[in-house]
Amino acid sequence: MQKIIGEQLIDKASELLSNGTVSCVLGWGLGEFGYDVTPTLFKSVEDLKKGFVFNDFCGANFSKYLVEKTRKLDGKILVFLKPCDTYSFNQLLTEHRFEREKVYVVGIPCDGMADISKVKAVTGEGILTIGEENGKIVVTTLYEDEPVIIDVEEVLAERCINCKSKKHVAFDEIIGEEGKVVESGRFDEVARLESLTPDERFAFWQNELSKCIRCNACRDACPACTCEKCVFDNPASGVENKSPANSFEEKMFHIIRAFHVAGRCTDCGECSRVCPQNIPLHLLNRKLIKDMNEFYGEYQAGEKVGSRAPLVDYTTEDIEPCEVFDRRDKNV
Amino acid sequence: MFKCSLEKNQNLFAEIAKNAKLYLPVDNADGSASYGEWSEGVKWSDALNTAKSAKDFFFPQTEDLMGFKTIGKTIEIIDTRRNSEDFVVFGVRACDVKSFDILDRVFLTDPCDSFYANKRKHGTIVSVACTKPAETCFCSTFGIDAVSPAGDVSAWKTEDALYLQANTEKGKALVDSISSLLEECTDDAVNAQREKTAKIFDKLPLKNLSTNSFGGGKTMDLFDNPFWDELSSSCLGCGTCTFVCPTCQCYDIKDFNTGNGVIRYRCWDSCMFSEFTKMAHGNNRLTQKERFRQRFMHKLVYYPENNEGIFSCVGCGRCLTKCPISMNIVKVMKKIGGNKGE
Amino acid sequence: MNKITDTLIPAIGVITDIKIDTPDIKTFRIVTLDGKKAFDHRPGQCAMLSIPGVGEAMFSITSSPTNTEYMEFSIKKCGCVTEWLHQAEVGQQITIRGPYGKPFPVDDVFAGKNLLFIAGGVGLAPLRSVINYCRHYRDRYGEIDIVYGSRSKADLLDYKEIIDEWSADAGINVHLTIDNPQDDWNGHVGFVPNYVKELGFDTNKTAILCGPPIMIKFTLEGLVSLGFDKTQVYTTLELRMKCGVGKCGRCNVGSKYVCKDGPVFRCDELEELPSEY
Repeated sequence: MQKIIGEQLIDKASELLSNGTVSCVLGWGLGEFGYDVTPTLFKSVEDLKKGFVFNDFCGANFSKYLVEKTRKLDGKILVFLKPCDTYSFNQLLTEHRFEREKVYVVGIPCDGMADISKVKAVTGEGILTIGEENGKIVVTTLYEDEPVIIDVEEVLAERCINCKSKKHVAFDEIIGEEGKVVESGRFDEVARLESLTPDERFAFWQNELSKCIRCNACRDACPACTCEKCVFDNPASGVENKSPANSFEEKMFHIIRAFHVAGRCTDCGECSRVCPQNIPLHLLNRKLIKDMNEFYGEYQAGEKVGSRAPLVDYTTEDIEPCEVFDRRDKNV
Repeated sequence: MFKCSLEKNQNLFAEIAKNAKLYLPVDNADGSASYGEWSEGVKWSDALNTAKSAKDFFFPQTEDLMGFKTIGKTIEIIDTRRNSEDFVVFGVRACDVKSFDILDRVFLTDPCDSFYANKRKHGTIVSVACTKPAETCFCSTFGIDAVSPAGDVSAWKTEDALYLQANTEKGKALVDSISSLLEECTDDAVNAQREKTAKIFDKLPLKNLSTNSFGGGKTMDLFDNPFWDELSSSCLGCGTCTFVCPTCQCYDIKDFNTGNGVIRYRCWDSCMFSEFTKMAHGNNRLTQKERFRQRFMHKLVYYPENNEGIFSCVGCGRCLTKCPISMNIVKVMKKIGGNKGE
Repeated sequence: MNKITDTLIPAIGVITDIKIDTPDIKTFRIVTLDGKKAFDHRPGQCAMLSIPGVGEAMFSITSSPTNTEYMEFSIKKCGCVTEWLHQAEVGQQITIRGPYGKPFPVDDVFAGKNLLFIAGGVGLAPLRSVINYCRHYRDRYGEIDIVYGSRSKADLLDYKEIIDEWSADAGINVHLTIDNPQDDWNGHVGFVPNYVKELGFDTNKTAILCGPPIMIKFTLEGLVSLGFDKTQVYTTLELRMKCGVGKCGRCNVGSKYVCKDGPVFRCDELEELPSEY
């Protein structure tokens, strides 16, 4: 259950549209069943009243849309950003992917978003409505006479269970209270994988990545993947491929992608959220973040605009490459 | 009609697997289901449907078409085709069964695709009636009767028994081969289940979704509809909808250099991808709006125009569940088709 | 199973002659391994050529069906497959499959008609098949006019054949044009659409158009302004293709597949389709 409600955001958006601060609003659009919200551009107060929603299923990170939308649209765009989204926002600004002046950021607090598949694991299929009451999620279904009441904590998305920050690192204004960076156990699962033998670890990833259908959703949703033309879409690259034709290619795509976003990935978790095959892709990125933190000191991509990621910032104190071999021998 | 106690379903699977490879929906660790090969102890999933459709059995994501050996200026073509083994796909829902009919109209129409045809010939489909549809189900919009599914054999699973009815020669052969485990019975239990499930279908939120605004001959009415812009505006251009879709059948043909020869293979392609129609000298669909429109126009207008009014959607609801931004054919039909569907 | 033919499995062809037509167009002569024509075709139909490891692409068959010995393809260098072909030598084997698509209605609709061929650049390639077919069965057709234009004299495809053979035929009027003036050129200078309007053809003709999309668009407008009806004008389209038989799903314009329902369309038929080509 979110502390703020949709009406507050509609009021704020209406105010900014009406006084001419912004020309359109990037927000969440009403779906069929309550949980299937779609990122939507609202151009009028009337549109907002008709279709804007904010609930426990507004996970989509809007930062990446700004790359395309700021080029296409005239005037300022109002965008609602949750704390984790603001890190992606800053990272995109660091990479000069859009102009800051073309965006008006309203930071909104987030109490963690729900994962619909976890909800369905509790309620079963046949969801008719999803509502909120006394801080709980209330679901009516085809098969239960009484509404099913769920604590949002029980059905939080993985990335929200391991939320790294409730703090907005970019905003023009904030609705609600300013949050703080929080302690999270986000590297625990990486540590567990590190503790496996290389064979076990290989088997884990082999199993996970063999599920990949190369729909490219992870790449297309990733705010760090903003190449104008991805190497995997370019027939001249020699690695263009539309399907994981063999087990090497299954892994190559994801490993190259993880390396390409290393140091730029803010750990927003969109890759795992959108994967239709439920592959825990964020673990690849987290492994690289953890390694970089250990090698070069703590670094959070997107925390500050213009910060230099350790991999592109040489210092004489940098770790020697031979360390990598030492770690390999130690089987870390 | 025949029946078999549900307790004996492992014996039944074992009997089928004696003559052919048996595939059925099995539970995954993450709570989803997918088709897996049966071997002793493998349990049939209770899930409503598999995350990916059953089209892979006949139209796999990647498939070798032929091989080449090139030496100097010469080329040798190697026919890599092999006869498919006999196999049984068990537990296919009515929507996915219908998708085979839609794929058949593409692949078996002259000139017949021998790769697909061979697998169709060797595959036997055992469907199973639905009893607990999801809110995302809308197969009835396309005239599919989920309580009386088609297939070589239709099956109904009740609390204690599995009921089977053969519909084709292939189906009869399969039922005959397991007859020692079956007993003949009346339709009563199946009819009772049908009646009960039909009442649930009447309560589905998408039951009134209408196809009235779509179909052959509607191209020019719908192509320039102003809503395409809005509907496609947040589309990521990924291929999720097309790859989980049981009826999406577009493919690419590509060559792979193995180091000592070339394999020409085909793989699923997606009209949502930016280079789908890219040629050396241009691209006739430059924007995501055009690509998005193509997918829905194909399913709702172009395909029916070429196939006696049959839509290329079976209402399985996978795209509703899997699209990263929850944009899908239902939202398109409601918006573009006016609000007739509401 | 292995005896079943599949349209996706090609035959092997050999390049037996390569003619350099223009700086970026070469004409390849292709026969099967036993020296015969790979298959029969009708004017306007296409074939899939490929080089294993490089790719497969659709090309219109340039030679006339009346040539029973071999096939010719005039190919402009513009992508992976074409670039590879341009560096190939005589004797090189390639793969070939076809024929694909609906041909020009040369035996019914065109019979007895005056024909006006209009081509730009490499757009002459598919029309050459029709022109030579009509020349072969000369008495079946009325007067023939050919308007052909390119960037420069060097870019005119089949220039020798046009001058030596087509222009020499009775009842064939050839009108050549190039985009910009040059020293050794005494002919017309200007773009094809304008030249067509200047020539001011009588509307008692059936027009056959092929060239870059922009040329087709303006020439069609020109013909309509001269009084032509769109039912009198035929053209041929090109979109990306993979299978050639209407299954891979990428060359459609509305419900029509260019590989199977085209590439030849009558211009009024195109009006019924979305302008997505």
